[in-house]
Amino acid sequence: MTAPTDIKAAATSGQLATFRLDGDLYGIEVEHVQEVLKSQGLTRVPLAPAAVAGLINLRGQVVTAIELRERLGRPPRPEDTDAVVIVVRLHGEAVSLLVDSIADVVDVDASDFEAPPDTLEGQARDLIRGAYKLDGQLLLALDVQKAVSA
Amino acid sequence: MDGLDDIVEEFLVESHENLDQLDSDLVALEQDPDSRERLSSIFRTIHTIKGTSGFLAFNRLEEVTHVGENMLSRLRDGELALTPARTSVLLQMVDTVRSLLTSIESSGGEGSVDVSAVVASITAAMDDVPAAPAPAAAAEPAAPEAPATKAPAARKASAAKKAPAKKAPAAKAPAKKATTRKAAAPRAAAVVETPVAEAPVVDLNPVLGDPIEDDNPTMSEPVEEPATQEPAAEHAEGESAPVDQNGQPRRAVADSTIRVDVDLLDELMLLVGELVLTRNQIVQNVARQTDTDLIRASQRLNLIASELQEGVMKTRMQPIDHIWSKLPRVVRDLGLQCGKNVRLEMEGRETELDKTLLEAVKDPLTHLVRNSVDHGIEAPEDRKKAGKHAEGVLTLRARHESGQVVVEVADDGAGIDPAKLGAKALQRGLVTAAQLDRMGPQDILQLIFLPGFSTAAAVTNVSGRGVGMDVVKTNIEAIGGTIEVESEAGAGTVCRLRIPLTLAIVPALTVECAGDRYAIPQISLQELVSLDAEKAVNAVEEVGGAQVYRLRGELLPLVRLTDVLGLTSERHDGHVVIAVLRSEGRRFGLVVDRVINTEEIVVKAVGGQLKAIGLYSGATVLGDGTVALILDVQALARRALRTETTERQDSQNAAAHATAASETERQRMLLAAIGGGRRVAIPLDTVTRLEQVRADAVEKVGNREVVQYRGAILPIVRLDRHLGAYGETDREVLEVIVYADHGRSVAIVVEEILDIVDGEAAVRSDIDDLGLLGSAVLGDKVTELLDVRAAILAADPAFYNAPAPSATTPQGVPTSLLEV
Repeated sequence: MTAPTDIKAAATSGQLATFRLDGDLYGIEVEHVQEVLKSQGLTRVPLAPAAVAGLINLRGQVVTAIELRERLGRPPRPEDTDAVVIVVRLHGEAVSLLVDSIADVVDVDASDFEAPPDTLEGQARDLIRGAYKLDGQLLLALDVQKAVSA
Repeated sequence: MDGLDDIVEEFLVESHENLDQLDSDLVALEQDPDSRERLSSIFRTIHTIKGTSGFLAFNRLEEVTHVGENMLSRLRDGELALTPARTSVLLQMVDTVRSLLTSIESSGGEGSVDVSAVVASITAAMDDVPAAPAPAAAAEPAAPEAPATKAPAARKASAAKKAPAKKAPAAKAPAKKATTRKAAAPRAAAVVETPVAEAPVVDLNPVLGDPIEDDNPTMSEPVEEPATQEPAAEHAEGESAPVDQNGQPRRAVADSTIRVDVDLLDELMLLVGELVLTRNQIVQNVARQTDTDLIRASQRLNLIASELQEGVMKTRMQPIDHIWSKLPRVVRDLGLQCGKNVRLEMEGRETELDKTLLEAVKDPLTHLVRNSVDHGIEAPEDRKKAGKHAEGVLTLRARHESGQVVVEVADDGAGIDPAKLGAKALQRGLVTAAQLDRMGPQDILQLIFLPGFSTAAAVTNVSGRGVGMDVVKTNIEAIGGTIEVESEAGAGTVCRLRIPLTLAIVPALTVECAGDRYAIPQISLQELVSLDAEKAVNAVEEVGGAQVYRLRGELLPLVRLTDVLGLTSERHDGHVVIAVLRSEGRRFGLVVDRVINTEEIVVKAVGGQLKAIGLYSGATVLGDGTVALILDVQALARRALRTETTERQDSQNAAAHATAASETERQRMLLAAIGGGRRVAIPLDTVTRLEQVRADAVEKVGNREVVQYRGAILPIVRLDRHLGAYGETDREVLEVIVYADHGRSVAIVVEEILDIVDGEAAVRSDIDDLGLLGSAVLGDKVTELLDVRAAILAADPAFYNAPAPSATTPQGVPTSLLEV
């Protein structure tokens, strides 16, 4: 169980940009998101960690792309679907996340927050701060910092 | 109001520049003590600082510079002679002024810097010479100088307006409000800093009008330096100062320059980089079009972008003299400290390179210079003994060469002795004896770049403080440069740095490998070799599983990029394309699928995850918009030649429990059959040559067999007899292993030379017999380890008593085991 103080720290109200990945709904703080792009040409990086999908050219800037499915220990994206690229900016450096599809920006309330369920397995557990109980579904809050430090 | 802060800041910037100049001037002065011009120039610099510090109420600074000025004025007037002691005192004063300035810069005040000691020593150095008031004497040297050269009327007019800004700093009386902005950019002062510059204009005109007119003609002072370097030459401190000697020419130079914030230039450079990329993209696309107007426009764009790039790069260029100008002082001080006589020569001081790079090169270069003075150049007595001039020469050379800047630090000292160096490396456990054996002198020299290597016998004040050549190398590589060292024992050492002209845009070769493109910086590229399938089959050979290519007779180790990157090549037609690369003084061939193009690329930083891989120095965007990784050639070489490193580490581990046995185990062994199915291993490093000798050429001297070999008599030991084996004795041709040491040689006759193996993994046992050291399993067979010493003594009992006083044992054979 996560200590109560942690829950408190993680439970923030605000806006989350949400996206879908392997059937689940995830969210990241909207202030981190710089832009969302359609699938981009990727340059693979031999010998890089598995989660590094490659490099993309973002208007002349070279940005690392992290495959979030790999990062969260999910199966690879089906061949015939294109990833959507979410460019996030952390500490002035742009990094991009590959997800299945983009969804709405959602207002969340700290009172709906709960620590990650105990059943969540290892790899993903580190990256998910907790869940917001929305109507009809759960919104998993992703720790962007950890997710990009592949 | 921060106007005052601006004034202080200007004062600091300018004074630092002036002090740098002062260092070189003082040292130059020592060579040429009678140069009035230099003395005057030094005097003026100090005087300017004194004047301004008085006005800004930096009292201690004023005090120091005041006594310094007193001494200088007397030196200049010939009342005092310039002795090394006095030069030292003056340099000391410069240092004190510097620390005061630093204190002012950091805290705004003079802090706790103590000036009394310096003041005392300067006063002492002046001795009993009567204190003549500087002002009176000061005016003299200026006056007799050079009658009018010219003073264009037009310039005079503008001078009236500009001069006040320039003259003001030193002016004591009404001019005190002025900024000290000058030499580099009076125009900038006028434009950028109008608020500061304006006030004095009004004040000063009446006061300074005349002196300016008077000064103009006197322009014969040595203005060899570019304006930015020129010491403060300008002060019209009415009654005292040497009447201002800065003439029109300098002002003209200064007028044509402008100070620009480096950040702005960086920004510009970035933009130009983007423009170049976009240009590449457009040119590439347009190449497929047929619209002639469009093509023409794109060609123009191409041209203009190139020129713009060049132009912007130029704005960031500074002559290397900026960092060299500090070195004469370094060399002088060091020389005194080490008791060496060193003359510093500089060639190509006007060679320009990017400001950022210049900064980055400064420390490594200083280190190399210190190294040369401390270790390279010998003490005067030693030099005389060696038949050289007592004065050592340290030469700095800079030049442009194929898009790079080459900087050399050369000394005519003792040079580096590869043998000594190798021994040191061996002792430190950085290489094994076997590795050392296989290295050429040039390879051995490269060992000085290994971390943990320092040839300084003792840690001196100067060198051996932990900043070794490995750090120099790392720093140079960090800016995409390379370093190599060449040395000739007895004649000197040359350290050569190759530095890219600029960091931001680098010419690179783009290659394809497994469907992706990679960029290789041209700086490491030497040539390209393309072999068609037919040729490749024969030309690419294997040495123990490693591929090599014979490049004009030299073996070039090949590294397949696909192997390094863990990819599968998409080239199946058997063609081999080799990029010959140079790294750390050695060459290797990188096999790629295909060479695409040479292109100017803009280096983009990559994220931390990719840096950690240690194979890519960055990424770039190619003409078609795709991202390409830039290969880090140095890292690639290190990784590809990884075996070397592992061996090195092994040897270090081994050194930890350096038993005699572990050393013999590690040797390369020559395997020979001696008859009766017995095999003998002989340490390869004791073997000089393998020969064949006709049996009928063997003659006898008493009971001993000898053979005439290369004009000498070579004693023979038949190993089969020596070891009690019985082979065929009626062979026509004898296989002979020649072992030589200290001019004496013996021939060891074996039945057959079998192989050369690494003794490393061998299982050893101490089962032995007379004449053997033991046995080991080499190449799946039990092999006897020959006691070389015993065998040689059997052939030539006097071998080890030979001239060499120190008992030489065959290298690598531990003495303890020789007593068998």
